[in-house]
Amino acid sequence: MADYYDTQDLANFADMGKDAPELARKFFDYYGSVFAEGALTEREKSLIALAVAHAVQCPYCIDAYTRACLEKGSNLEEMTEAVHVVTAIRGGASLVHGVQMRKIAEKLSM
Amino acid sequence: MAMSPQPAPFHKTLAAHGLQLRKGAAHTLQVNTGLRCNLACRHCHLEAGPARTEIMSRQTMEAVASLARRIPFQSVDVTGGAPEMVPDIEFLLWELSPLAPGRLFRTNLLALEDNPGLIDTLAERSWSLVASLPAVNESQVASQRGGGVFSGSIRMLSRLNAAGFGMGGPRKLHLVSNPTGAFMPPAQASAEKFFRRELTGRRAINFDSLFVFANMPLGRFRSWLESSGNYQEYLNCLRERFNPDVVAGLMCRDIVSVGWDGRLYDCDFNQAAGLPSQGAAHVSDLAAVSEGMEIATGDHCYACTAGSGFT
Repeated sequence: MADYYDTQDLANFADMGKDAPELARKFFDYYGSVFAEGALTEREKSLIALAVAHAVQCPYCIDAYTRACLEKGSNLEEMTEAVHVVTAIRGGASLVHGVQMRKIAEKLSM
Repeated sequence: MAMSPQPAPFHKTLAAHGLQLRKGAAHTLQVNTGLRCNLACRHCHLEAGPARTEIMSRQTMEAVASLARRIPFQSVDVTGGAPEMVPDIEFLLWELSPLAPGRLFRTNLLALEDNPGLIDTLAERSWSLVASLPAVNESQVASQRGGGVFSGSIRMLSRLNAAGFGMGGPRKLHLVSNPTGAFMPPAQASAEKFFRRELTGRRAINFDSLFVFANMPLGRFRSWLESSGNYQEYLNCLRERFNPDVVAGLMCRDIVSVGWDGRLYDCDFNQAAGLPSQGAAHVSDLAAVSEGMEIATGDHCYACTAGSGFT
């Protein structure tokens, strides 16, 4: 295998149903329902997906949801802010664990 | 990396679905008044711009009006370039005004700024305005249409509202949005909701409706697609979204499209593609639209049949 990631692989996502069709059907039905317009618009959901794609560092998802965000009418300012939101949460999640570190250190220290 | 397959030619896709694209009754007379424009938008299928000199002469305008007297069109649709920059444009509008109940004037908004008298004419003669506004933020509008266009567009939209356009009365103001790159447009209903939130909610600008259309892989947009390495993928994207259900309602079926020099086409995009109508060659020669006549097509037609279509 030349590369772990190939941009053409995304088009073959449905292949995951070949040996587990029922599970794949349930997943893709659920996936479709999640992204349909509801209390949140499709545009807003795509922005959330784009942010999460960066958090989970999935190149397929970043590719798909960059395009989806543009096609749903978002602009680069909104998309960049969405990535900063998830970056803040990721960074914040590390930093807030410092409280735990400090509690333990304080208990152990004289 | 595997290469994407070449898309099937449009006429073969039509045939594969058992479809034919033929002329119906002529409802709309579309008049392209020329390629001169104050802007040089990067998606323009006609490559209109300030350096272009092709504009409709008064003699051709008289031939257009004569056609509108011979054939009872339901609507006339005046476009460009920037029709505001055509010296005899008011003559054409006055001639066409009594000849069709529906009257559309397409504007890039900025060209109207230098022509306040034209706004009065359009208002007095009840022309509906179709104004280009690709997005509701500065950066995307600038990337497609140039710096300063967004603020100028917002200024003009406010002036048009003050003149009664887009305020719910007979002076209609419709907006048109094309994507600002090699991607598909959003669903029209959700895009309109978003535009209303941003324009009406935040800027007190009113409009009647929003149309969203895919960009045509022709002219300046095609050049950009090719130079940016997006052409094949964009065409594949359009082809994958081919919707056979929209073919019967495509605008080319009921439109007579006149070029700046009086030549006849089946649509404005075929003007850009250099595909003339298979009927009469010139507006002066057209006695009646031949229903059932085959419409000239090219691969750019995929942009009109993608998703919900371009009707």
